[in-house]
Amino acid sequence: MSYIKEFTKGLIKENPNLVMLLGMCPTLAVTTMAVNGLGMGLATTFVLVCSNLVISLLKKVIPDTVRLPCFIVIIAGFVTFVSIMLDSFLPELSEALGVFLSLITVNCIILGRAEMFACKNKVIPSILDGLGMGLGFTMSLIIVGSVRELLGTGKIFGITVMPDLIQPMTIFILPAGGFFTLGCVIAVIGVITKKKPKNVGCENCPSRAVCKETAGKENA
Amino acid sequence: MELVKDLMIILFAGIFTENFILNKFYGICPFLGVSKTTDGAVGMGIAVTAVMIGASAVTYPIYYFVLVPLGIEYLNTICFILIIAALVQTVEMILKKHIPSLYSSLGVYLPLITTNCAVLGVTILNIDNEYSFLEAVVSALAGGLGFLLVMVVFSAIRERITRCNVPKALEGTPITLIAASITSLSFVGFGGIVDGIFGG
Repeated sequence: MSYIKEFTKGLIKENPNLVMLLGMCPTLAVTTMAVNGLGMGLATTFVLVCSNLVISLLKKVIPDTVRLPCFIVIIAGFVTFVSIMLDSFLPELSEALGVFLSLITVNCIILGRAEMFACKNKVIPSILDGLGMGLGFTMSLIIVGSVRELLGTGKIFGITVMPDLIQPMTIFILPAGGFFTLGCVIAVIGVITKKKPKNVGCENCPSRAVCKETAGKENA
Repeated sequence: MELVKDLMIILFAGIFTENFILNKFYGICPFLGVSKTTDGAVGMGIAVTAVMIGASAVTYPIYYFVLVPLGIEYLNTICFILIIAALVQTVEMILKKHIPSLYSSLGVYLPLITTNCAVLGVTILNIDNEYSFLEAVVSALAGGLGFLLVMVVFSAIRERITRCNVPKALEGTPITLIAASITSLSFVGFGGIVDGIFGG
């Protein structure tokens, strides 16, 4: 039973993107079209599952003091793999995601799950956790992407659904529309789950532990 | 003169029209996390600018003199993130030992910078755009200054928001993002500034 819980918690209750407010950069940047959101989400999910798997296997081998650099190298390795694969098999998607494909490396969701879950748990829960969190992230990218694409161009997944009478609002595919849509989606999720979204800040940040060690106090 | 003009175009574009936070969405986490007070925003902005310039200056020669001759350009992500982590650690150690006063005000931000997409982003963009060394450093400077500018402007806005009556559902992050959206919209007004000044 608990395995199912590890999987489902990432979907809505602890959605990494909309509730924990991690990994905001790709959410804003690649969601001008729902398809890009889907691609980015699946690429991130793949990296997240693989890195959780490897890190939970190696948790006894990696010394505690240098764990963050080790995690980052493992993650960067999988990111390189994914970007080479996308380059050769889906060049269009790879071009649309651009530099954000490489920036999966520094996506706080992946480092956060490594630090908070994979390095403390067994292999199978870690894989399920990664899968759930990844799919939760994908879902939120698709939601934000669909809203922006629908309002900005009148299409969803490239298929026209808005009647011609309604003018598309180009602002929604501009950066400003990204911030606005994400703000509204987070507010709606907050109302649905009846929980106030956490503030972005130290309490959710994967680097918090290091930060505290070096500073001896919690800042900001 | 051509060179100076090119560099100025990169500088202006980086700060205003191609702003890292509001236009390219790099470094949203520190933007939302640390912009609650102006002091924090200034500290974070300066630290990010310094690390971005340092990282660009170090990764550029390593890419062209080590990775390219060996034919392993595809390893650039792994390589760059390691360099950035090492660089941040070194800067931290130097500051701690020699300038403790600066360390106590900026030191807390340094570990956060390793996982800041702005730093890794600018080093990869420098390579993707095939910049020269000088252009790479100037683009890092421009990105950093743009980051600093938006952080400071936005921290002032957030201090005002805390004193407003916000609808319950929008409290916290949603209203911050909507304010960011309006700020981003105002930066759209800078569109064309580069062409206007330099007659591009």
